Amino acid sequence: MISQNYDIVVIGAGPAGSVAARFAAEQGARVLMLERDREAGIPVRCAEGVSHAGITPFIEINPKWIAAKIDSACLHSPDGDKAYMYNNGTGYVLERRIFDTELCNLAIEAGVEMLTKANAIGLEYTDEKITGVRYKHFGEIKIANCSIVIGADGVESRVGRWAGINTTLALNDIDTCVQYTVSGLDFELETCHFYFGKEVSPGGYIWIFPKSGNTANIGIGISGDLAADKGPKAYLDEFMERTFPDAKVNYTVFGGVPTAWGLKEYIKDNIMLVGDAARQVNPITGGGIVQGMIAARIAGQVAADSIKAGNQSRKFLLRYKKEWDTRLGKAQKTMYSMKERFMKMDDPKFNKLVQLCKSIPKEDFSLKKLFSVAMKGDPLLVAEIAKAFVISKIK
Amino acid sequence: MKINRELCDICGSCVAVCPVDAISVSEFCVTINQDKCIECGNCQQVCPAKAISGVNK
Repeated sequence: MISQNYDIVVIGAGPAGSVAARFAAEQGARVLMLERDREAGIPVRCAEGVSHAGITPFIEINPKWIAAKIDSACLHSPDGDKAYMYNNGTGYVLERRIFDTELCNLAIEAGVEMLTKANAIGLEYTDEKITGVRYKHFGEIKIANCSIVIGADGVESRVGRWAGINTTLALNDIDTCVQYTVSGLDFELETCHFYFGKEVSPGGYIWIFPKSGNTANIGIGISGDLAADKGPKAYLDEFMERTFPDAKVNYTVFGGVPTAWGLKEYIKDNIMLVGDAARQVNPITGGGIVQGMIAARIAGQVAADSIKAGNQSRKFLLRYKKEWDTRLGKAQKTMYSMKERFMKMDDPKFNKLVQLCKSIPKEDFSLKKLFSVAMKGDPLLVAEIAKAFVISKIK
Repeated sequence: MKINRELCDICGSCVAVCPVDAISVSEFCVTINQDKCIECGNCQQVCPAKAISGVNK
């Protein structure tokens, strides 16, 4: 059996995997990154929205992976009202297949070795210690020996399970999603739309992320615990029939988005999880690209440090957890408790929120203004949702 | 639990909610290990493509 030696093996070449691999390699570590599919970024299971501020620390902005620039969000209430929100920073709708490939290129430039069609199938142990990854590559089973494994294998993460980490999501901590990429529409380019309501999208929302003047990602996420009788596709089809009966569906993608606050345990001796695998996703918006990259950079750097120090114990690797908690981990718990309250909100509350947003003139819109208006109108509502939706931005 | 592979989009949602690690996924398919499966129905409920059946909830 072929076996090769590395310091670090990263499983998964999405944004989290490639960023972890890159930052580890930049510190001199020998890194192998395994991608199950034939290329990174495909199939795209993502609404593709990110904030400018979120991605610039990781990649130089390049028009070739930007489908559309976003400057506002429009909230649609269950009663059909709508409100625009501005001054929330620039956002982008990405072309993920190009974006992910560019991130991989950066990793490769930093010295990362990358394999595609390389499906990790298990961990190798020596004296009960993780010492490598077993994977299938073009029909052949191979072993990559390493001191650290970084699991960046997405929502379906099995790497954590192999290491005895409990990654199981409760049904109320996963959104079950469907997205149509459609054409034949005519709408504003710079605005993302969000639709709420029990009949529209229970426990979640419908999104429209424009990709050009006449194409868009239109998708839905509903809470897993509310999906027993009617699935997301049935809700989305009703919405399309109501709102865009003439739209042509170019392609359909299904997916699951973790909406947990994170994982209790995602670090053990010789192993760390990052990104969707570690449930590092904004539990309210479901955005995970920037979150995953932030965590991955920390994990990659800590992994490289641990190689230099010759210490891959859980205790050493917990530096990653410490930094993540400071950076975003603690905020995740706040967001999660807001998600729980948001799940309990009824339609009249959503209607009220949209009314409040609407009462602020467009050019005057700011967070401060929204808060002051909302405080007068319904202070409880501010605490419940305004923060969640406005502060979290489009991630 | 049974998977209809014609409907399955290999998104992995089922893997994430399986409490007994009975589901594995490759580039080409999702497989349920029937020996491990406890028929809790979680996978069936979250499957966005409605590709899994077996439990009446």
